[in-house]
Amino acid sequence: MTQQAQPILQVRNLVTRIGGKRGFGNAVDDVSFDLMPGETLGLVGESGSGKSMTCLSVLRLTPPAATHITGGQVIFDGEDLLRKTGAEMRGYRGRRISMILQDPMRALNPVLTVGEQIFESLRLHRGLRGAALREAACELLERVRIPDPAAGLTAYPHHFSGGMRQRVVGAIALAGNPDILIADEPTTALDVTVQAAFLDLLKSIQRQDRLGILFVTHDFAVVSRMCDRVAVMYAGRIVETAPTDMLFDRPRHPYTESLLRSVPDVDRREERLYAIPGQPPSVFAPRTGCPFAPRCPRAMDRCRQETPPTRRLDDGHEVSCWLHEE
Amino acid sequence: MTRLILSRLVQALATLLVTSLIVFVLARSSGSPADLVLPTDATPAERALYIERMGLDRPIAEQYLIFLRDAVQGDFGVSIRTGAPATELVFDRVGRTLLLATAGLAVALLISLPLGVMAAVHRGRGWDRFSMGFALLGQSTPAFWLGIVLILIFAVWLRWLPSSGVGGWQHYVLPSLVLGWSISAGIVRLLRSSMLEVLDAEFIKLARTKGLREPVVVWKHALRNALIPVVTFIGFMYGVIIASGVVIEVVFGWPGLGYLAYESTLWRDFPVLQLSVLVYTAIIVGINFLVDVSYGLIDPRIRT
Ligand code: SF4
Repeated sequence: MTQQAQPILQVRNLVTRIGGKRGFGNAVDDVSFDLMPGETLGLVGESGSGKSMTCLSVLRLTPPAATHITGGQVIFDGEDLLRKTGAEMRGYRGRRISMILQDPMRALNPVLTVGEQIFESLRLHRGLRGAALREAACELLERVRIPDPAAGLTAYPHHFSGGMRQRVVGAIALAGNPDILIADEPTTALDVTVQAAFLDLLKSIQRQDRLGILFVTHDFAVVSRMCDRVAVMYAGRIVETAPTDMLFDRPRHPYTESLLRSVPDVDRREERLYAIPGQPPSVFAPRTGCPFAPRCPRAMDRCRQETPPTRRLDDGHEVSCWLHEE
Repeated sequence: MTRLILSRLVQALATLLVTSLIVFVLARSSGSPADLVLPTDATPAERALYIERMGLDRPIAEQYLIFLRDAVQGDFGVSIRTGAPATELVFDRVGRTLLLATAGLAVALLISLPLGVMAAVHRGRGWDRFSMGFALLGQSTPAFWLGIVLILIFAVWLRWLPSSGVGGWQHYVLPSLVLGWSISAGIVRLLRSSMLEVLDAEFIKLARTKGLREPVVVWKHALRNALIPVVTFIGFMYGVIIASGVVIEVVFGWPGLGYLAYESTLWRDFPVLQLSVLVYTAIIVGINFLVDVSYGLIDPRIRT
């Protein structure tokens, strides 16, 4: 990055272990990335590659029984969130770091009014009460372009369509005036036109608020539309990070290459067909060497024995692959 | 909503009719009240006169029709034992039975809501085992036995609470505890599994990302959703409490409907027994109706 500004979020060597009856493994494995204010960083990869787990780790909301953040740092605004107490951590959630979930049909509480679900955040994070509370909630619904906000407040989630519900989730996320928005596949469950409208809305809000967005997706069309930079995840690791256009023009990691090759055309919306042979490894499988080696067309002997370090190339790519070791 | 209410009313009437027929026939197959009411040295003539006066000599179908004809006019006959109108005897006692059952239900909720929630939140750990154990103990102990043990401890030894009868709130404590505890296990188990499911839901995840405190997430966001499937069961259990109240009323000498039904069975006091059972049926039907309505209160998706 050539910008002068300080990153709002720096994730360093984050490791989140997951365990259960089937064994133990790293769902998030030595993940590092930066997010600048006002920037959108895409986190892409197949399902199970650790994208969602990375997001939840930032908020420290990974499932408590099965997972444990064992190492690294999550530096937000100069402070390491992994060192905060539970109560301190709650002060960050919804206020400085908000989240939008994948499925708007299930993300809102079905028995509470939309109003109550927004009020809750406003009371908690802005200390509003009474008329000011209603007014602020109406403003939020207006910001996410919900027609007739006053009526929206008394409605229940089932009165809204999927696209509208995702806007309500957006309004809740904005209630605390956050610095970062984590969007975990926010449009995957929406149909195409609704998707486009929602992404536009997100962009315009981002510009107004200088919101840093961590955008999880497996859809490259959405990536090219939304993201300034992209981090590609595979088996819990970030294998390549680059500015979006550079990643599309000249992928440097064999996994990114095959991912892009399997997308027929960025502008055409088709089901992604990952034509990469083989399966991604299970989190619980023992690891030696590069996790992509079994499926990599260019794998060498070294790849199977040693894990490649992440290197920064001259063109700004950060890649973890032995091919780029001089 | 009106259609729902109407169809429920028709169902309720049909249920009452069928119940009345069954009780009518069953009661009469148990023997003649003449054997019990008349002195043992009554002459056959006296006996015949009594039977004729009570209409017991007519065919059973005719007796039933007469019963129905009078019933729609609010006349359920007079007690064979005391001569007082059955309605008077029965309605005198319904209130006490309902109060006791409601107190029992309140105890059950007081026990099982916290236990069910805590069991789910602390799944697989101490609280979970304690909750299930405590609730199961109440379920597997026969109510009359538990009642007697509690009477021994709190009324006979400690002399803290009265052993029987009605009066102040103290009289409610032991019987409602027995009733409530005995039905807690089912509610705890159901609520626990319902809570476990809800706690995994996406909207719970969202509630946490909002920065809400965990008690708010659990008691406000999760519990209300988890209660939806439990409400029917609680209504059903209210019926069970009212029914099992017969035993409890006898054990605790509680002069309620159950005790009356018990006595009228012993005496073959048909009019009173019939009306008691019909009132029981009406109560259960009424509860089911309330359960349907409360669904709408708790789940907005049903309201619209
Ligand atoms: S390190 Fe080796 S196996 Fe891994 S991506 Fe690079 S070339 Fe392929």
